[in-house]
Amino acid sequence: MSTKTSAKAVRELLPSPAPIRFVDESGTAVKAPAGYAIPPDELLREAYRWMVVGRRFDTQATALTKQGRLAVYPSSRGQEACQVGGVLALRERDWLFPTYRDSVALVARGLDPVEVLTLLRGDWHCGYDPAATRVAPQCTPLATQVLHATGMAEALRRKGEDGVAMAFVGDGGTSEGDFHEALNFAAVLKAPVVFFVQNNKYAISVPLAKQSAAPALAYKGVGYGVPAEQVDGNDLVAVLSVLGAAVEHARSGRGPFLVEAHTYRMDAHTNADDAGRYRDDDEVRRWAGADPVRRLETYLRGRGLLTDDDVESARTQGETFAAGLRARMNADTEPDLLEIFDHVYAEPTPQLLEQREQLRAELNAQES
Amino acid sequence: MPTVSMAQALNTALRDALRDDERVLVFGEDVGPLGGVFRITDGLTRDFGEERCFDTPLAESGIVGLAVGMAMGGFRPVVEMQFDAFAYPAFEQIASHVAKLRNRTRGRLALPMVIRVPYAGGIGGVEHHCDSSEAYYAHTPGLKVVTPATPEDAYWLLRDAIADPDPVVFLEPKKLYWAKAEAALERRAAAPFGRAVVRRPGRDATLVAYGPSVPVALEAASAAAEDGLDLEVVDLRTIVPFDDETVAASVRRTGRCVVVQEAQGFAGVGAEIAARVQERCFHSLAAPVLRVAGFDIPYPPPKLEHVHLPGVDRILDAVDRLQFDDRPDVRHLSRGAA
Repeated sequence: MSTKTSAKAVRELLPSPAPIRFVDESGTAVKAPAGYAIPPDELLREAYRWMVVGRRFDTQATALTKQGRLAVYPSSRGQEACQVGGVLALRERDWLFPTYRDSVALVARGLDPVEVLTLLRGDWHCGYDPAATRVAPQCTPLATQVLHATGMAEALRRKGEDGVAMAFVGDGGTSEGDFHEALNFAAVLKAPVVFFVQNNKYAISVPLAKQSAAPALAYKGVGYGVPAEQVDGNDLVAVLSVLGAAVEHARSGRGPFLVEAHTYRMDAHTNADDAGRYRDDDEVRRWAGADPVRRLETYLRGRGLLTDDDVESARTQGETFAAGLRARMNADTEPDLLEIFDHVYAEPTPQLLEQREQLRAELNAQES
Repeated sequence: MPTVSMAQALNTALRDALRDDERVLVFGEDVGPLGGVFRITDGLTRDFGEERCFDTPLAESGIVGLAVGMAMGGFRPVVEMQFDAFAYPAFEQIASHVAKLRNRTRGRLALPMVIRVPYAGGIGGVEHHCDSSEAYYAHTPGLKVVTPATPEDAYWLLRDAIADPDPVVFLEPKKLYWAKAEAALERRAAAPFGRAVVRRPGRDATLVAYGPSVPVALEAASAAAEDGLDLEVVDLRTIVPFDDETVAASVRRTGRCVVVQEAQGFAGVGAEIAARVQERCFHSLAAPVLRVAGFDIPYPPPKLEHVHLPGVDRILDAVDRLQFDDRPDVRHLSRGAA
């Protein structure tokens, strides 16, 4: 029996040795990488608007933690090209499996920002309707959602639907067993799923060098037979182009695809974290120079695709969005406390009904 | 009525579910052409095709996580964990997602899926091939936990589990796979899902048992009958939902209760049952509720299993301790009446 693998088959799975990039830090177009196309102008303009709005949403959410309106907020500031590029690469019928750091992506998907922040506000449920929006609940246990995306992709394939599932995961998440099991299952099943790793360089405080000795996280694909690519995660043009190709790969029945985006988490892990304990300001300043929003703005202006009016309009849109969010988050809501028993099972067990009555009596006693 | 083994009844249940509902899928390790290491899925790939019953890579978290996504996508996965003690890699998926998705989505997403687990001891399995893991699952809100004791219940409870809108952990007592009994598989006579049944009526004390300990409890009741003691045996069938009503009604009739489980006793399902019985039946009890359980040791190897698992003698010893000879001092009752 031959166990020889052709060198060509292996090469086709490997990412390019350097991250794919269309636009450098200064906003200048570089020599276009082979095999990838620049996304349509209108899509780039839409991406810019969402990145501006998304960043404003993100800073507003961080501010809301300081006012006690959010229990916690994991910021994705600096990762807007990934957040927006990931979502714009998908169609409405595709499914998204986000993590807790992907609120901006959900906003760019068109979800109600107050619903998106429900969990972080301290409620027990995800806020939005996953079936209607085709967005799974934001996932906290690391990389567990990557398997769900694989299962959903397999379900879509079996139903003959032309849909794709995309799982967001972080650099730390690629160390979890579920990430590896998901890549393996997806490859064996040829499930139409895209694994999108936002490598933001830190898993809370642990830097990438202590997380993985792989040449790049994208190389984790080859061992499973999953083709992979790495991309400059602060270059929206590159993110959108590479993810668009990955989604098309999955949609056309060629199985899963892994994309690693090199980006940087500008803020601490959450508002409760102190990033000064594990990284220095110089590093943060260097990455500020690679800011994805400014980079796209300069690039689009250079191509004549963005005017002063467009920039001002996006900024205003962001302010309006933030003001609306502030107003709605400042309104106190009274959760229905008895509802905590209603969704444990389709029908509450007799024991849950007893406990519901117990709580009702306790609440009544408190009121009287 | 035909006589079938529990393994045959389970196989028939899977066949009938695959036939009746195209959303049902069976997958796991070795469940395809091999038919599973216990042959519960025997012939399913041959008869329903690889699209409906298929082998997966060897990774339990992967199997359950895949099933979560497929159930979200409209299918009804029935997955097999090869052995109880091999299922633990899937525990995060089970505890964090399978059990919680309905709640996390405020009821907008359901997970109709079944996790079948060959369960408990009595087959001489070497290390890591046997465990009594029901308490982990029963302690996790959002899961339903089932363990049948007869071929007929195995068939109907598995059909119920597959049709259920909620996720079910279906614990199949390994040592009962080959035990045969008459079973009505064509027309339902079995009790509804969620209800316990009285397997043997009796007046003197109630033995509460589930899954693998039911036949042992019945054997103990037969032995006690020779000594003139009339024991009632209640078979829980579903640990979750728990049928307080049937258990309490039995103990109120008999006034005495012994809970029998194979699992180690500490913080086990039997402890929960004992607590519930005394909370509900205190004034009907003539003796403390006793537990008969395995010892609090790591699951023992084949050569030592017989001393760990509760047998007839350990159950009868407990029955002997139910204070049948005690003359209670009830003066405080008459004081209350005056």
